[in-house]
Amino acid sequence: MKLLDSLRLRIATFFQRSQVNAELEAELSSHIQLRADDLERSGVDRAEAERRARIEFGGRERYKEECHEALGGNFLESLIQDLRYAVRVLRKSPGFTIAAVLTLALAIGANAIVFSVMNAFILRPLNVPQAQSLYAIWRPDVSDAHESYPDYLDLRDRNRSFDGLIAWNMVEAGLDTGQDPSNVWVYETSGNYFDALRLQPYLGSFFHASDEHGPNSDPYVVLTHAYWHNHFRDDPGVVGRVVKLNKHPFTILGVAPPEFHGTILFFSPDFFVPIVNHGQLTLDDLNARGSRWVFMVMGHLKPGVTPAQATADLNSVGSYLETAYPKDDGKMRFSLARPSLYGDYLGRPVRAFMTGLMLLAGLILLAACANLGSLFAARAADRSREVALRLALGSTRKRILRQLFTEAVLISLVGGAIGLCGSVVLLSGLSAWQPFARWPIHLAVNPDANVYAVAVLLTLASGFLFGAVPVRQVLRTNPYEVVKSGSIGRAGRRITVRELLLVVQIAICAVLVTSSMVAVRGLAGSLHNDFGFELQNIMMVDTDLSMAGYSGEKVPPMQRRMVDALQAIPGVESVGLADNVPLGEGSNDSTVFSDNTSDLRPSNAAADATLFKISPEYLHAAGTALLSGRTFTWHDDKDAPRVAVVNREFTRKVFGSPTKAIGRYFKMLDGTRIEVVGIVEDGKYGSLTEDPQPAMFRPILQSLSSSTWLVVRSNRDPQQLAAAIKGALQKLDPGLPFFIQTRYKTLDLTLFGPRMATIALGVLGVMGALLSITGISGMAAYSVSKRLRELGIRIALGAQRSEVLRAALGRPFKLLAFGSIAGLILGVLASRVLAFVVYQATPRDPLVLAAVVLAMALLGLLATWIPAQRALRIDPLRLLREE
Amino acid sequence: MTDQAQLLPGTLDLLILRAVSLGPLHGYGVLLRIGQISGNALLIEQGALYPGLFRLVRQGLLKASWGTSENNRRAKFYELTAAGRKRLREETASWNRLATAIGSALAAQPEEA
Repeated sequence: MKLLDSLRLRIATFFQRSQVNAELEAELSSHIQLRADDLERSGVDRAEAERRARIEFGGRERYKEECHEALGGNFLESLIQDLRYAVRVLRKSPGFTIAAVLTLALAIGANAIVFSVMNAFILRPLNVPQAQSLYAIWRPDVSDAHESYPDYLDLRDRNRSFDGLIAWNMVEAGLDTGQDPSNVWVYETSGNYFDALRLQPYLGSFFHASDEHGPNSDPYVVLTHAYWHNHFRDDPGVVGRVVKLNKHPFTILGVAPPEFHGTILFFSPDFFVPIVNHGQLTLDDLNARGSRWVFMVMGHLKPGVTPAQATADLNSVGSYLETAYPKDDGKMRFSLARPSLYGDYLGRPVRAFMTGLMLLAGLILLAACANLGSLFAARAADRSREVALRLALGSTRKRILRQLFTEAVLISLVGGAIGLCGSVVLLSGLSAWQPFARWPIHLAVNPDANVYAVAVLLTLASGFLFGAVPVRQVLRTNPYEVVKSGSIGRAGRRITVRELLLVVQIAICAVLVTSSMVAVRGLAGSLHNDFGFELQNIMMVDTDLSMAGYSGEKVPPMQRRMVDALQAIPGVESVGLADNVPLGEGSNDSTVFSDNTSDLRPSNAAADATLFKISPEYLHAAGTALLSGRTFTWHDDKDAPRVAVVNREFTRKVFGSPTKAIGRYFKMLDGTRIEVVGIVEDGKYGSLTEDPQPAMFRPILQSLSSSTWLVVRSNRDPQQLAAAIKGALQKLDPGLPFFIQTRYKTLDLTLFGPRMATIALGVLGVMGALLSITGISGMAAYSVSKRLRELGIRIALGAQRSEVLRAALGRPFKLLAFGSIAGLILGVLASRVLAFVVYQATPRDPLVLAAVVLAMALLGLLATWIPAQRALRIDPLRLLREE
Repeated sequence: MTDQAQLLPGTLDLLILRAVSLGPLHGYGVLLRIGQISGNALLIEQGALYPGLFRLVRQGLLKASWGTSENNRRAKFYELTAAGRKRLREETASWNRLATAIGSALAAQPEEA
């Protein structure tokens, strides 16, 4: 209230200023008249009396100013004055202003983005009511949250700590709404899911626990708001419609609220389906106690129950399960975890990464403030005459400091506003971005009130921080000395803290520039390497035949028909089929044993090989070179002897050498003996940076799989080819959803890490470069303006341009060179770490080294351009006249 | 002139309050009254009086009204409010305490060993 009153008074006095002014004027005049009257009475004539009265009164304007201040009405007015003056001053040096604003915009923008991401991932809980009491049941022994459905039922019914325990799992399913079939991502949820999460439907209704009556008894779906909006165009008539999931009819019950995106971050589903209908979407058995396919079990703790009590309660249920089902439930120990990032599984790396980023962003802001501070100090030194003049004319130091702070805060506000706007644009782009077309991965990072508050706070704080750098300088200004002698130039030889800071900045900048160039080169190179398959002219189709209701013996004939149909497309050279492809979406590993091993325990295994089940044409279509032996034919079926094609690494691991491996046998875990009939080149299977891995290829007719990848080799235009493939497959089965992409596109998942690392390094490199530029130019500008007189004398004595430059900028350049060399060496060392992320990232690349040197030199040139121009333009005559 | 003492910071307000406590005065009158009651021993720049007066008005210790001076000039007259009277009492007491303490400290004789 008091604050409000004082504010109102200030605003009122501001607007009554003219009236107050007139009154003040009248009062002071009256004082002088009264004094003059007295003087007159003592015998002085009137004119002389008034003159003496005015002199005795002292600085009239200054006292008027102080009276206004005493009234408290000066604040707004002097603020506006200061602002006007600041705008005028800043407009006079656009280079400085743009550099300062840009630096701050980048630093504040970076902080806003990082904080916003951290806010979305770590600080903000899941979007459900009372998310604070929501916990997932975690199994610390295996570090995941998977449970079997029967165990979930026991946990749900026997615990006394949770207010409704829910289970959910995600699967991909084929959706048929009557027209274009598509694949959708589905949360299979327990019947109590929505009720226990305390959610209300946006439209229609949800399913409930009371709807569950055993396997496949509850054929209903609830749509997410996003899917309803995008695919049903907000049509309220969808409630009650029947759609087909994997060929089974399901009725749409309702739509979930718009802000609800599922019970884990990043992975947003399209549909919710009762978990009791699991059997219709997969081949798993709902009631197998040993099969832990339920992704997460979670619930709200009852009021008053602590996490420790809940854990103890769960463990007592666990020991019951251990004794009741010793075969399936070996060790049942539980703990609680936050569900949003899947406990520590995603939580720890995300938290560590975000903390690191936040720290880095904070450092960038601090460095920006330090640099802007030295730029400001340089300006304050330039303006020392102006400051001295103002002090001499009766301005208070407080007033001058306020002026300087107004300038600093104005710059920081403009910079902060630009940075925040930029970050909002970037963040909304990031929120809408789907890094993988194939996966429903979303990063909802839109800024909220917290983010805006932090950005504004940081903006103000940094304005005051760098505004404070020249304070001491101004406070020490002695107007008499400065006006008399001009600024005193002292060329220090000592290394100051500021210089050390600058060297560190330059070094960090050089590290970032080096490593981002190494990363870019590595990334560019990684698409032109031999992966054991080809990328050019290859189109991939992936689907799962179970989504269209094919299972068991119905799968192989359909797969054969698909291959034949695509083979018939004009311009298609060959078509291969596999259950999975190298660098696809994860791989199947199998332990293999040498033929003379009889005890088939994992510890006796000869190798852990990646397994691909392929059609005869696959190796040719994929471009995997057969080194010796033969590939398969359609006669290698379930009635023929078991055979395999293996890679060279496999022969090395299992048989010792690639020679004479053909015709030899190895054993699978179930004891099957398999004959090696061919050897192919090594390749990359799981990641680009992996060491050579053993791999084996087996005929798909000898081990069936409904998961289907078609590899189509053709040099036709990808878009036309995709359309032709789509047409051919739909003619075969209009209810089969599938996904077509080029072979390059399938690497998105594999290249995500390296690409993100490269982009992050690039962004940081640019920021580092900008910081170094402002830092160096600040320092150079300072050193030029400090030594202006000395340089003028040198020029007057006949110094050459190069000598002047050397004198003025030698030190900044020395620092630049020193920092760059240190950074380059560190960058080369750091690139070894980078090699773990980016394939073939090597700093021993003359192009990279040359580019770094060039970049740093360019940076130095850019940073010292303006101060150098100033040093060269020094006119000794004018300078000596002025000083 | 050289005999006049510089004002200690913060004492101007006290002097103004004391001057006005003897009856309503205009600004110039306050100045004369201070000179009179201090025996012209204090150096006050004339203009410096006004920020002090304005400050005291704003704090509610003085109230001001326009009137006519003894020689028929329009002038602004200041008089003490109840709060001003109370403040003058408090400040006077605290000033006396301070003066006594400083005085006795300065008068103390060194203990010779």
